[in-house]
Amino acid sequence: MTTSPLGRQLARADRRRKLRAFSLTLPLLAFLLLTFLVPIAALFQRAVENPEVAAALPRTVAALGGWDRQGVPAAEAFAALVADLGSLPDSADAGAVARRLNTDAPGARSLLMGTYRALPLDGDADAAGVRARLLALDERWAEPRYWQAIAKNGSRWTPDYLLAAVDMRRDAAGQVERVPEDQRAFARILGRTFAISAVVTLCCLLLGYPLAWWLSTLPARRANVLMILVLVPFWTSILVRVAAWIVLLQSQGLVNRSLMGLGLVDAPLPLLFNRLGVVIAMTHILLPFMILPLYSVMKSVPATYVRAAVSLGSPPLAAFFRVYVPQTFPGVGAGALLVFILSIGYYVTPALLGGADDQMLSYYIAQYTNVNINWGMACGLGALLLSATLVLYAVYRRIVKSELSLG
Amino acid sequence: MKKSILSVALATGLVLPAFAQQQITVVNFGGANANAQKKAYYEPFAKTGIQVVPVEYNGEQAKIKAMVETKKVSWDVVEVESPDVARGCDEGLFEKLDYSKLGGKADLLPAAVSECGIGIFVWSTVMAYNGDKLKGTPATWADFWDLKKFPGKRGMRKGARYNLEFALMADGVKSADVYKVLATKDGAERAFRKLTELKPSIQWWEAGAQPPQFLVAGDVALTTVYNGRIDAANREGRNLKITWTGGIYDLDYWVIPKGTPNKDAAMKFIAFASTPQAQAEYAKNIAYGPTNTKALAQLDAKVLGNLPTSPANSKDALQFNLKFWADQGEELEKRFASWAAQ
Repeated sequence: MTTSPLGRQLARADRRRKLRAFSLTLPLLAFLLLTFLVPIAALFQRAVENPEVAAALPRTVAALGGWDRQGVPAAEAFAALVADLGSLPDSADAGAVARRLNTDAPGARSLLMGTYRALPLDGDADAAGVRARLLALDERWAEPRYWQAIAKNGSRWTPDYLLAAVDMRRDAAGQVERVPEDQRAFARILGRTFAISAVVTLCCLLLGYPLAWWLSTLPARRANVLMILVLVPFWTSILVRVAAWIVLLQSQGLVNRSLMGLGLVDAPLPLLFNRLGVVIAMTHILLPFMILPLYSVMKSVPATYVRAAVSLGSPPLAAFFRVYVPQTFPGVGAGALLVFILSIGYYVTPALLGGADDQMLSYYIAQYTNVNINWGMACGLGALLLSATLVLYAVYRRIVKSELSLG
Repeated sequence: MKKSILSVALATGLVLPAFAQQQITVVNFGGANANAQKKAYYEPFAKTGIQVVPVEYNGEQAKIKAMVETKKVSWDVVEVESPDVARGCDEGLFEKLDYSKLGGKADLLPAAVSECGIGIFVWSTVMAYNGDKLKGTPATWADFWDLKKFPGKRGMRKGARYNLEFALMADGVKSADVYKVLATKDGAERAFRKLTELKPSIQWWEAGAQPPQFLVAGDVALTTVYNGRIDAANREGRNLKITWTGGIYDLDYWVIPKGTPNKDAAMKFIAFASTPQAQAEYAKNIAYGPTNTKALAQLDAKVLGNLPTSPANSKDALQFNLKFWADQGEELEKRFASWAAQ
């Protein structure tokens, strides 16, 4: 700390410079905040939010407070339910509760909406009378599982969506347990997502490495021309490329007809609508993301090192693998990470080229968003995918310990 | 000079809207169906002075939900499938329809009348095969499952819906009992078990345009398919055949998203599209059955023979059970995902 006028002036100028530099990055920071951090925060919030039952059926939830969650609840709960449903301002609110409860207890949708439409009930207003009338209206009200679903969702926040994303659930008493065998899906789907991504990454590396190496040894002019060949498919729409693969790979397609024409196979190979088709098309689509980082790293590796190794007596192949390849590891890491993370989120390609057991997690996120309109579940799965990706990235950083980072 | 440009700009800006025709956005599922709608509904309706801007979507109700919730509704009339009519109506996404402005309910099929949606056409998910390639004629769903009699792959829609019903019928359940059986725990179990028999031979499809392509390319021997797609392929000179027995028929509906600024024009469009003349014209362009029963009188025998609503074709058909799938759909689809992964 200096007190001389010059020192103060310098410090002030320095501060101003830093402030200016920071203010230049402000638009970017604001952009990131709005388009990246806020949506992610909203995603996590939606994955644990559970407002429907708490907002629409407060009296029923309170009446079920002392219920042991076995058998049919007391008559007061029936009366509270009718009172709650009767005071809903709009049928849309009933629809929202019905949808929420239906995900926990299939059948609750028609039960609740049927009851809502039948209101108001005429006759005695005492609780026992209401219960009798409700049971007469729909005998399913005698089944505890619908009441359990209401009691379970009484709180504004729920771990259910996140639990469901890892094939767990809370039972009627609130204990966490695994879902029954025939409902277990997402753990396997997540594993499948990572398996497909890993295979695609490996294929991209095996195909992209020699190509990038070859490109990096060419004179700049020819390398540029060939690089355009890499980039043209990169600039083409994914759907166009997927459609092109369907034309090529179908049983009467170019590939199968050539193979049969050459006498290599007797019957067409199943190349499409299975795992193989998905891997082929994804590898093709993602290959540029492997080649470009590899190429830029390889360009910076001086050719003299390998020559030096060979002149010192190393066989050429050993020199390549022990001297050249290690210098390209940063490119391998960057390319592999890029391809892997991009492929984890793939949706259209497996949807169009894969079978029922080749779908990746994004397919189910889209299904919950668009078909089932269960956005809590979609966000739960999204949160799972994001967390799993971050964990993998952390592991990668641990292992590689390189300077490379993507964020 | 500057002033005059400004005043001209202002004047045109003020005058133009008066001349501009009103327009509404009508959303459909695209493909052959969109072309038929264009010919039968959009182009003739434009003569009333209201232009139709067609938009395609793939049934994502999430988009309507997002529009209604943010109160920025840019779609005026939307074609939706039956499960979405009931659910969207329950959740307040659609305007309630005033049938007195739509020509009344008397001439409509009972299934076409619902609180928020009016039926556009009847379509069916059926079994189909390539008449040039398949030897023999499959008659029932048991034949679809019979890999000895009809060797080759089977095309099926990726998902639980329809496939579970077909599996039960193949397993000997009468079409009238299908939903009763499927609602029980054992019945669902039985349907999945039957589906497992066929699993190694199934080639799954995602979009409605795929199964006719599978048949034409010879990828599959038999497939499930929306009947209108077969008709569209045959209009292009193919020889694809339909087995109507055990088909599942259902309706598509017009709905009006809640809060659209063009509700009156939207109602006028729906009223026009529900007239017998427009519906008959539509059925001539694609083999989907009219919901206005009076339209049938204007169709010749050849067109009628291709419609899912004709007596011969609907004899052993099953009506899609909306309530069952609204209640059980999410759980069964999840179970399907689990089953597919095994």
